[in-house]
Amino acid sequence: MNRVPLEQKVLSENDRIAASLRERFRQHDVLCVNLISSPGSGKTTLLERTLEALPRNARVAVLTGDIQTENDAARLKRFGFPVKQITTGGTCHLDARMIERHLADWKLENLEILFIENVGNLVCPSSYDLGEAAKVVVLSVTEGEDKPLKYPSIFFKSELLVLSKIDLLPYVPFEVNAAEENARRIHPGMEVLRVSSQTRVGLASWLNWLQRKRNAFLQLKAETVS
Amino acid sequence: MRAVVHEMGIANSILEAVQKEANRYPGTRATKVGIRIGELAAIDEDALRFCFEVLARDTTLEALQLEIEFCPRKHRCDDCDCTFIVRDYDFRCPTCQKITVQCISGDELELAFVEVEEDEPSAVGTKSSQ
Repeated sequence: MNRVPLEQKVLSENDRIAASLRERFRQHDVLCVNLISSPGSGKTTLLERTLEALPRNARVAVLTGDIQTENDAARLKRFGFPVKQITTGGTCHLDARMIERHLADWKLENLEILFIENVGNLVCPSSYDLGEAAKVVVLSVTEGEDKPLKYPSIFFKSELLVLSKIDLLPYVPFEVNAAEENARRIHPGMEVLRVSSQTRVGLASWLNWLQRKRNAFLQLKAETVS
Repeated sequence: MRAVVHEMGIANSILEAVQKEANRYPGTRATKVGIRIGELAAIDEDALRFCFEVLARDTTLEALQLEIEFCPRKHRCDDCDCTFIVRDYDFRCPTCQKITVQCISGDELELAFVEVEEDEPSAVGTKSSQ
């Protein structure tokens, strides 16, 4: 019997494609943000409010993933930006190959921000790198404030937590401070934004986060080039 | 391939990697694969073992054993530089109680090793694992 050491990532093929996507995003100055949450937390609505708030000439695009239907793409296309639906047909997450395939006929040099709306699921998407600059996890106040403890992986890997539907706080027993504390037990120092897509409270801080993130992304590139 | 639970895609990736490795040693067959899973990797062991069995059935890898090493979440303290295992979500440094800590392991999803044996003359595969 011979033991051969392997020492490689299980998802090395996905990671290889993700690395090539990340390099393309870097070359073309595209900030790619991967939005992840459970179904119904308000990812699509947050993107609607985001696209609505951006100037008409903003260079943004959206890839939106679902198991079935083109409904989300139809909702997001109303704002006039390039939007493409990825229907996975049963798969519970997006993988890097799906992103690569759906980007094939888009010119990355025309983009500044690419939003990827993952399939609603807090578990599986956390294992698949899509070449994004940041994962953002969305948690709505109609869920439990212990979700970060139940699904630690995605809270650990996400750079930002968006607490959504905060206009409902008066009507639900959600302890917003406990939720933030739980998120930081998994991910010390995690940045948290409280947002309502209905009243638009917190929307400016989200747009500001995107701007800051893109500036930091460009800055990093400038530093590594020089 | 389509993966209704993500463990299916992960089991498939493991089998593909083992097959690729086994192909490098003609006349041998893979008997065991070792993987490392961190507690933050979001992998369910039962689901993974089930998917692994289903995919390996009726292939040359049918008898392949899966050895899983579970890796705890480990932090390093920025302040005193000690490393510690995080239990019950308590990520504070046990030495100096600081919360400025870095996670240094716990999200592993890695192939550690493959064990191969000389082929038995009768061991003929019927189907590829792809």
